[in-house]
Amino acid sequence: MILDGKCPKGPIQTSWDRHRFDLKLVNPANKRKYKVLVVGTGLAGGAAAASLGELGYNVEAFCYQDSARRAHSIAAQGGINAAKNYPNDGDSIYRLFYDTIKGGDFRAREADVWRLAQVSNNIIDQCVAQGVPFARDYAGYLDNRSFGGAQVSRTFYARGQTGQQLLLGAYSALSRQVKAGTVKLFARTEMLDLVVVDGEAKGITVRDLITGEIRTHVGDAVVLATGGYVNVFYLSTNAMGCSVTANWRAHKKGAFFANPCYTQIHPTCIPQSGDHQSKLTLMSESLRNDGRCWAPKKKGDNRHPNDIPEEERDYYLERKYPSFGNLAPRDIASRAAKEQCDDGRGVGPGGRGVNLDFSAAIKRVGEHTIRERYGNLFEMYEKITDENAYKQPMRMYPAPHYSMGGLWVDYNCESNVPGLFVLGEANFSVHGANRLGASALMQGLADGYFVIPYTIANYLAKTKPGAVTADHAECKKSVEDVKAYNNRLMNINGKKTVSEFHRELGKIMWENVGMARSEETLKDAIKRIPVLREEFWNNVKVTGKGEELNQQLENAGRVADFLEFGELMAKDALHRNESCGGHFRVEHQMPDGEAKRDDENYCYVGAWEFKGVDKEPELHKEPLTFENVHLAVRSYK
Amino acid sequence: MNLTLHVWRQSGPKAPGKLEQYEAKNVSPDQSFLEMLDEVNEHLIKEGKDPIAFDHDCREGICGMCSQVINGVPHGGRERTTVCQLHMRSFNDGDTIYIEPWRALAFPIQKDLIVDRNGLEKIIQAGGYTSCHTGGVADGNAILVPKIAADYAMDAAECIGCGACVAACPNGSAMLYTSAKVAQLAALPQGQAEAAERVCAMTEAMQEAGFGNCSNHYECQAACPKGINVKFIAKLNREYQKALLK
Repeated sequence: MILDGKCPKGPIQTSWDRHRFDLKLVNPANKRKYKVLVVGTGLAGGAAAASLGELGYNVEAFCYQDSARRAHSIAAQGGINAAKNYPNDGDSIYRLFYDTIKGGDFRAREADVWRLAQVSNNIIDQCVAQGVPFARDYAGYLDNRSFGGAQVSRTFYARGQTGQQLLLGAYSALSRQVKAGTVKLFARTEMLDLVVVDGEAKGITVRDLITGEIRTHVGDAVVLATGGYVNVFYLSTNAMGCSVTANWRAHKKGAFFANPCYTQIHPTCIPQSGDHQSKLTLMSESLRNDGRCWAPKKKGDNRHPNDIPEEERDYYLERKYPSFGNLAPRDIASRAAKEQCDDGRGVGPGGRGVNLDFSAAIKRVGEHTIRERYGNLFEMYEKITDENAYKQPMRMYPAPHYSMGGLWVDYNCESNVPGLFVLGEANFSVHGANRLGASALMQGLADGYFVIPYTIANYLAKTKPGAVTADHAECKKSVEDVKAYNNRLMNINGKKTVSEFHRELGKIMWENVGMARSEETLKDAIKRIPVLREEFWNNVKVTGKGEELNQQLENAGRVADFLEFGELMAKDALHRNESCGGHFRVEHQMPDGEAKRDDENYCYVGAWEFKGVDKEPELHKEPLTFENVHLAVRSYK
Repeated sequence: MNLTLHVWRQSGPKAPGKLEQYEAKNVSPDQSFLEMLDEVNEHLIKEGKDPIAFDHDCREGICGMCSQVINGVPHGGRERTTVCQLHMRSFNDGDTIYIEPWRALAFPIQKDLIVDRNGLEKIIQAGGYTSCHTGGVADGNAILVPKIAADYAMDAAECIGCGACVAACPNGSAMLYTSAKVAQLAALPQGQAEAAERVCAMTEAMQEAGFGNCSNHYECQAACPKGINVKFIAKLNREYQKALLK
């Protein structure tokens, strides 16, 4: 099937404005008759639930944490992009649009990205009005810094906790609607199934994580803002509870999964210290404003980094990409770091690390200024490694961080299942094959505050409110199915723990479907994942009962989904016989080692249809056309 | 290193609880405290026993989910550190460690180390926001915010809502938590219009949720993993009195 993204035709500069005019409206008195279910309360979900509540819709919001304020958006450190051009350095909506398309290696839809760039300015205004304490200069104006993949300073920030502050802004707006009675919040509640009635999304089945109760919530539309899937690698920068479960269960009910092979490996994370490790910690890309990446020139150089003289250091990013230097985009910086380590010039335990050195910046602007800019990051680094980065370089290694792929959506953020909308990291739409820094926060809030309030009305206006009730046969069936699935997990009573399976899967994924992929490694993964999955279903041990607070059961369900999803990811990576952005196939590289795209054959979105576990998924394509930018070799030299 | 743990076990909100003893063996100093507990749990599961339930999520000290009283101190007593960021190098071989849930009347225990912190939500819902609608706001630079005010607001806004301040307080007070939000919004021009209403509503909600009042022990500041300063409680009191006079 050829998919249609339903992008507006005509000049891109006015595409969103014209589209908004064409969308149907729901009149104010009718809005309260419609119920919208929003799953996830991060930037996208929190902003969506708050905005829809403000408009007068009847909203139910769900999160697995004990509070809507704890979604993993909170961990984003560096900042949020906007095309304000406050510094007068040449920024514009067009430039942000262009940088994002190019940063994504020409694998995103033009119209979606244009809209993102256009509303980016509204986001900053909105957050300021909410009381987000962005950094200001001494005159009281908003301050900016630079991020990877851009030659302008367009990133707004709140110390090293921008995600936290933006999320708390959305959370406060959401809390206001809870008080107003338009939003009902269900914390510690996990979505385990999508209810589809006559082909349209009309509800979700959830598990109350405190009591273990399985029940269905019905609504007139469902919005998934359930984040990304890189915990498929086991070790990642995501929170422990981040999973593909909501998306995967929706996928099994018919929603197409687009570009699952596009994963972002973030260049600056604290290297792993041992096998006991449960997660990896990211150090903000903003550090590369002042930190210089280097590796020793000599192989196996074990000297303390401070003892290695200047001329024996290879500032490899500055050498390879003189115009962007240390602010090369993430995929490129990650591969460059891996290249140094593979060449035997890595630092730290096992040689899996490179230096991020602040000594030049400290000499230039003083330790005080560096502390003001990144104090909390240096502190976090010291807590984990016991090293003082003001006195010696940080050690960094790439780690899985973000998923550009996600459920397929059209320009309205609506999936191929009518009534199912997908926002933020959970959808695939704007980042192409690589996301630029400070763009995730922008997308989450754009989708939640400024896209879904318009586009959902277009769907709701065409439906009768309250058409499905909780006693519908599909709801009952969904509850029975989820109960049976969980009972199956509880009754295996095998010998291995859920974490052991997750670790094993993570190892397969990291080694075979990680930063460098080849036909051979991918085929190996596709062979081994089903074997591991089979073992899981015969040998996993889940203690306790289903009708109680049971964290093992929660994790078992999530890992079971990763064991199916990982296979799709490998299949997508195998089918995409080109390199682009974060998807690097070793067979396809330029003579200098850069990713080599194949626009003739792969300039499309690959969206997969679920056909059953152990059955071949079906690929649908949405061709990508570029009318406003030239498809070009992506160069940061 | 090898450690002896005494962990609070309680199967449900109404069930009686007690401390149970476990051994943690071959603990690496580079492990985080939660990773140490993960391993204890792996052993328990293999023995067919119920693993220790505890809240955690981001494991990088920002989500505010983790909540354990370690040797009598919320988050374990290392300065500006959450449990998830506490590393085993802070302990010595042979140590005995007591692990309990947040202790406060307003935080009923759900299971083992997991408590219900819904009271904190009620406080924010009462007024911890500016009532701006999505869209229809002024340009971000239309109202200047002096750097001093922005920095002050940010110092307060760093609160992660974990509830350690409540757990540390002899009165089970949520004054530090409440004051952080009140002070953040009171410091910014955007928060001025509703300042009086906000402080009254939030303070009332705090009392209704069963939190006590401040009696200047400052245990909250000592336990706060983000170092939120008690000066914000003074600010809260000042804002409250200003509101009463209105």
